[in-house]
Amino acid sequence: MKYVILIYSSESYWENLSESEREAILADHGRMQEQMRADGAFLGAHRLMDTPTASTLVHRDGASELIDGPFAETKEQLGGFYLVECDDLDQAIGYARIISSDKGSIEIRPVMFSVD
Amino acid sequence: MDVTLRAAYPKALATLRRVCGELQQAEDLLQDAIERALTSWPRDGEPDDAVAWLVTVGRRRWIDLQRRQALHRDYQLAQVDDTVNASGPECFDRSRINDDLLRLIFTCCHPALSRSAQVALTLRVIAGLSVAEIAAAFLVDPRTLEQRITRAKRKIAAAKIPYRIPADSELPERIDAVACVIYLIFNEGYSNGNGEQPLRVDLCEEAIRLARQLHHLFGKHPEIDGLLALLLLQHARADARTGSDGELITLEKQDRSRWNLPLIAEAKVLVEQALQRGQPGPYQVQAAIAALHCDADHAERTDWAQIADLYAILGRMQANPVVTINRAVALLKCGERAQALSLLDGLRAQTNLDQYLPYHVARGAALAQLEQRAEALLAYQRARELARNAAIIRHLSGTIAELEN
Repeated sequence: MKYVILIYSSESYWENLSESEREAILADHGRMQEQMRADGAFLGAHRLMDTPTASTLVHRDGASELIDGPFAETKEQLGGFYLVECDDLDQAIGYARIISSDKGSIEIRPVMFSVD
Repeated sequence: MDVTLRAAYPKALATLRRVCGELQQAEDLLQDAIERALTSWPRDGEPDDAVAWLVTVGRRRWIDLQRRQALHRDYQLAQVDDTVNASGPECFDRSRINDDLLRLIFTCCHPALSRSAQVALTLRVIAGLSVAEIAAAFLVDPRTLEQRITRAKRKIAAAKIPYRIPADSELPERIDAVACVIYLIFNEGYSNGNGEQPLRVDLCEEAIRLARQLHHLFGKHPEIDGLLALLLLQHARADARTGSDGELITLEKQDRSRWNLPLIAEAKVLVEQALQRGQPGPYQVQAAIAALHCDADHAERTDWAQIADLYAILGRMQANPVVTINRAVALLKCGERAQALSLLDGLRAQTNLDQYLPYHVARGAALAQLEQRAEALLAYQRARELARNAAIIRHLSGTIAELEN
């Protein structure tokens, strides 16, 4: 069963961290990835650029408009995601807990299907 | 026969869930088996072991369905299914029944489900109540409840919420979640009052039944035993809680001869044994408090000093303004007025309790006993503004009138 682990946090939070605080967070990610690889669960990790670099195509009344910025202006933004292969939800939640010292929210969502 | 079927329901369901690997499918299989039971049992007599009977019938049906599906798909799979058949109903493994039931309980109370979904699922799947019964008990629209249960089951299947007993490291937290669901079920029944509508199932009794089941499944788990004791002690006072007009009677004014003594005796043994194991927890402490109330043959002879101490312990386990208020009330009862008032005033700084009636009542009582009349009056007036129940408004008006004179 595939799951995505979606990591949301405020972009300013990350920017305001000190070097050592960032290293601590990255170390948690490193530990999580190591665990995923050891379990054969790791399928990919993707860190996204910040939302000012996003473009959103909005369809309205048969016309489409390109908007500068993310889909929704929210306090926390999607910053990156992992794709993992797990036996069940608890396993995926277990990985997410390793990085939960990172401020923000982590959404765990099952994948319906994938096309390679 | 209804009693037999209801008692067998959760265990049969849990085992069928293991057999077929999916909750909804297991429910369908069990429903089918129950229908067969309803026709064959009156004719042939009830079987010695209803769970085994239901599982065997359900399992046969499952193998049947599998084979039919396989025939549709391809011939090879049908051959695989013959091996399932060979190890079929005869190898019904009794020793696994309890583990299966525990697995199912943990699935229903999985933290990835909302609390309201956990409660609804537990009542539907473990207690075997119908959607209509649960909806009526919680005073919600049956369609809303049906949707809640359907959504939860879909999430269990789609997100693959596991069907297993959690690892030791997670176990305390997960047991807490199960206990919390049972406590919520009990509380819903308790606060709604019972017996008003004859058609409503008694949620208090359902919760006690579930807690008893856990008590047997877990062996001697102190917090589960504490929970069961707490529910029994509260339930023991149920009859005395309402007067002839259905009005609520507070603990102090209850006719203690109407308390259910055998339930109290059973609960006290449970609490004492649980506490002796040296792993105190919130349910055990709350049960100990309830037991102390039940020990007093008259409200005035309540051991308030010990109750105040227990509330202090409870407050260290779960910081909660309600616990602090209860502790203050207990302190007030044993004459520690200044300490009670300072606890209550301390709360005001931390939490917004302006809307919470018991807070103002407790504060009013403390102030009145300390002869701070004007302040006491203000507190009681605020309480009266918040009160919605006619009897409580009457009572508060009486207190206010006394203070004004």
